[in-house]
Amino acid sequence: MNVNPTRMELTNLKRKLVTARRGHKLLKDKRDELMRRFLDMVRENKELRREVEQAILEANKHISVARSVMSGEALDVSLMMPKQELSLDVTSRNVMSVNIPVFDVQMRSANESDAYSYGFGFTSGDLDEAVENLSEVFKKMVRLAEIEKSCQMMSAEIEKTRRRVNALEHVLIPQYMDTIKYITMKLDENERSTTTRLMKVKDMMMKQQIELQKKQDNLKNA
Amino acid sequence: MYKIAVVGDKDSIYGFASLGLGIFPCDDEDSASKTIKELAKNGYGVIYVTEELFELLGDEVEHFRNMPLPAIIPIPGVKGNTGIGMRNVSVSVEKAVGSDIIS
Repeated sequence: MNVNPTRMELTNLKRKLVTARRGHKLLKDKRDELMRRFLDMVRENKELRREVEQAILEANKHISVARSVMSGEALDVSLMMPKQELSLDVTSRNVMSVNIPVFDVQMRSANESDAYSYGFGFTSGDLDEAVENLSEVFKKMVRLAEIEKSCQMMSAEIEKTRRRVNALEHVLIPQYMDTIKYITMKLDENERSTTTRLMKVKDMMMKQQIELQKKQDNLKNA
Repeated sequence: MYKIAVVGDKDSIYGFASLGLGIFPCDDEDSASKTIKELAKNGYGVIYVTEELFELLGDEVEHFRNMPLPAIIPIPGVKGNTGIGMRNVSVSVEKAVGSDIIS
C-alpha cells in the first residue's frame, strides 16, 4: 500500500486491521452458519423434489389414459371450470440476513371433494385418480417451491459471503499487516539514524571541548 | 395476495386446473417467456413450468433466480422428466459449496 510512513498512519492502519479482523471473523461465522442451514435445506429439497416428481408423473400417466379414453374436448371441459380456488400468502423469514419467502396457501373451500370439478357420470376413472394424485401432492409442491427458492437465494448469499471472507483473509488483512510492518521498520530506522547522528554530534562536541581544554592548558604552562 | 400459475404444454398442465391453479398453455419458447414475464408482473408468486419448457427458457428464468418472487419451479410434463429440476438443485449446491457434495 502506498502510504506515508508516519506515526499517525500507523495508528490508523492498526485500527483498520483490528476492524478487518473482526469483520473477517463475523463473516466467517455467517458463512458457516449459512452453509449449515443450506445443507439441511438442500437435502430436504432433493427429497421433496423426488417425491413431487414421482407423484406428478403418476398423475400424468392417469391423465394420458383418461385422454385416450375420453374425447379431448370432454376432458378439457371437465377440467376447465374449477370449483376450487386458491390464494397464496407470501411472508418472508430472515435467515442470517437472507430474506427467504414463506408460502402459505389458502383454499377457498376445505372440502377435498371440491377438487373434482365435474360429475362422475361421463368421465373416466383415471381422471379422478389423476386429480386425486395432484391434490395430494399439491401441499408438497408448495413446500418445494418455497424451499427451492430459499436454496437458490441462500446459495447466492453464501457465494457472496465466501468471496468477502476470502478477500479479507487473503488480500486486505495481509496488505494491512505488510504496510504496518513497513511503517514500523521505517520509523525504527529513522529513530536509529537520529540516535547515531546525536552520538556523532556528541563526539564532535567532545572533541572540540578537549581540543579547547588542551589549548588552554598549553597556554597556562607556557 | 398472490396466485399460482402453471405453464407448459396443454396435456401436462390441465390436471392442475382442478386445484384452482392458473393454467397457461404454451408450446414454444417465445410464448412461454412472454407468458412468464407477464405472470411475474401480475401477482403470481409461484410459477410451475414443465421441465421441457424450462430447459428451453434457460436464461429467461436465470434472471428470476435471485429475486424473491416469483419462484419458478420446474415440474415433469407428460413426456417424462428431463432431470433439469434435480440438476438445478445441484447447481445451487455447486454455487454454494464449490462442488456437488450431495448426490
